[in-house]
Amino acid sequence: MIDQRVVTPEYLFFEAPREKRFMTGSEAVREAIKRANVDMAISYPITPQSESMHLVGDLYAEGYLREYFRGENEFAVMSAVAGASMGGVRVFTATGGPGTLRAFEAFPTWAGARLPIVCAFMTRGVNSPLSIQPDTIEMAFMLNTGIMMFHAETAQDLYDMILKAFVIAEKTDVHIPVGVFTDGFFVTHTRDTVEIAAEDIKLPPYNPYCAPVPVMDMENVPVRQMRDPFVMKSNFISYATHASWQQEIMAAAERARNYVVKYLGGLVEVENEDADILIVASGTAVSQSREAIGMARREGLDAGLIKIKCLRPFPGEEIRKLTRNATAVIVPEFNRVGWLCQEIKSVMEDTGKVIGGPRVFGGMTMPPDLILAEIRRCSR
Amino acid sequence: MFKKTFIRMSGLGGQGVVTAAHILGAAATREGLDSTVNPFFGAEKRLAPAESYVRISSERIFERGEVLDPNIIMIYHPHVITLGKCYTMPFFDGLQPEGLLIINSEKPLELGDEELARLADLKARIFYVPASQIAVEVAGTELSTNLAMLGGLLGVTDLVSMESIKESMAERFGGGKFVASGTTAALDDVLKSKFAKLSQLIEKNVEVIEKSRSSVQEYLIN
Repeated sequence: MIDQRVVTPEYLFFEAPREKRFMTGSEAVREAIKRANVDMAISYPITPQSESMHLVGDLYAEGYLREYFRGENEFAVMSAVAGASMGGVRVFTATGGPGTLRAFEAFPTWAGARLPIVCAFMTRGVNSPLSIQPDTIEMAFMLNTGIMMFHAETAQDLYDMILKAFVIAEKTDVHIPVGVFTDGFFVTHTRDTVEIAAEDIKLPPYNPYCAPVPVMDMENVPVRQMRDPFVMKSNFISYATHASWQQEIMAAAERARNYVVKYLGGLVEVENEDADILIVASGTAVSQSREAIGMARREGLDAGLIKIKCLRPFPGEEIRKLTRNATAVIVPEFNRVGWLCQEIKSVMEDTGKVIGGPRVFGGMTMPPDLILAEIRRCSR
Repeated sequence: MFKKTFIRMSGLGGQGVVTAAHILGAAATREGLDSTVNPFFGAEKRLAPAESYVRISSERIFERGEVLDPNIIMIYHPHVITLGKCYTMPFFDGLQPEGLLIINSEKPLELGDEELARLADLKARIFYVPASQIAVEVAGTELSTNLAMLGGLLGVTDLVSMESIKESMAERFGGGKFVASGTTAALDDVLKSKFAKLSQLIEKNVEVIEKSRSSVQEYLIN
């Protein structure tokens, strides 16, 4: 193994000197995993994620990881990482688009088993017709799997969020998986300036005894549920156990809020919050919105921005408060269904002022002009 | 020239548009400018359309994805225009007023009257550079076409210096740290195998860039 100095998460995130490098999002994943003290990673190729896990494989070859292999398919990979995590090691994997859907059954089981797995999702269109281009539709499916969801806007976010995801996921009062989502190609294949810490420092190792459930104990939940599943029973105790366990997973995500505030600086990031027109977005739709707001300012129009960094748990209270006085709330998205718009409407008092769009999907770039056109329309 | 310079490089898979964009973007960041670079392609295929985009600005760049409104369009192969191997139709779609076109061809292509009229309306300037020819003559390999095209760009703009391009090139081909896709890595290996040493690769390609820089010819519309 490569010799690295263990430092506190706080030092690595907030104090360690950082160097500016020009790199892709995939390379930012490598830099995060290099410093994350990961024991094991399991991969399966799918564009636009393949390069990330290829680079993690290189880290294994260099001695940064204890174990790395390629699984048979995404379902096998997600099941294997569950096994690794149950065994008490820190584990990482990544997938995207059709790969996410192929592995889907595993995600609620991760959450139900209280496994602190960190998985990166490089989003892409879902078949059919076939597309390898960016589209965030898979996130709509992931919203109710019980896993926590961060959405990275840039390669910098991706680097920071992956490292912080391990620390938040492994808190005893949280201890559920975290998905770090980012838009394929627009982040994974885009070169941008990223500030990273020195490579000779890393996070403290995972302590399996921090788990709130017994590690691989066949007589207790959650593993007991798999050995002797409640589906085989039909009585009040089995219903009540299942129901209370689901609530416990939701409560774990709720308890994570404090850590998201501590490490990510909040579930949302706000600019110019007093503006009449607010744009609420996540991922690279935020980047396109920043350009649109800049263009609007040059025309003398005012608009503010709410960037959602954490989608699960959802920043409902923050959004309710921040949008209360706005006259219009514009929600640009890189998908057809408008799942973020639905989420936002579900927490707002006056949903009539929400503009569900622009929406761009199937892999297209969202021209900032489309968002600017909405700002203009709302300013009239 | 432009406050923000957005460049679209249209070429064919295997010609190195992604690598050229990488080297140009890295050179810009070396000079303290902000730059983002991204490719656009389908499932990878040699000779299929491939594009890459470079954004360079003295201010922070947020925008991502395809460049829809380029100031500069670089055409790496005549087929982009003559066979429509391009993601946009016509090939200069979205070109901004007073934009530049840099085309790899030994002689001017026959553009339609309508296209020329539209380019004239935009006050666009068209430049031709025999990039592939220079690559073969000077470096002995057509794989240097992408760097010859960067030479063409240096010939008509002062976006970045030759020195920064040289340093970025050394970083791109020199360090073992870079990881490209499987196909790109294979092409890198082919390129490296053509030269005895890395220093020779850099030297020859600098020569390619210098030669094409001075070989750019403007085609005057009317």
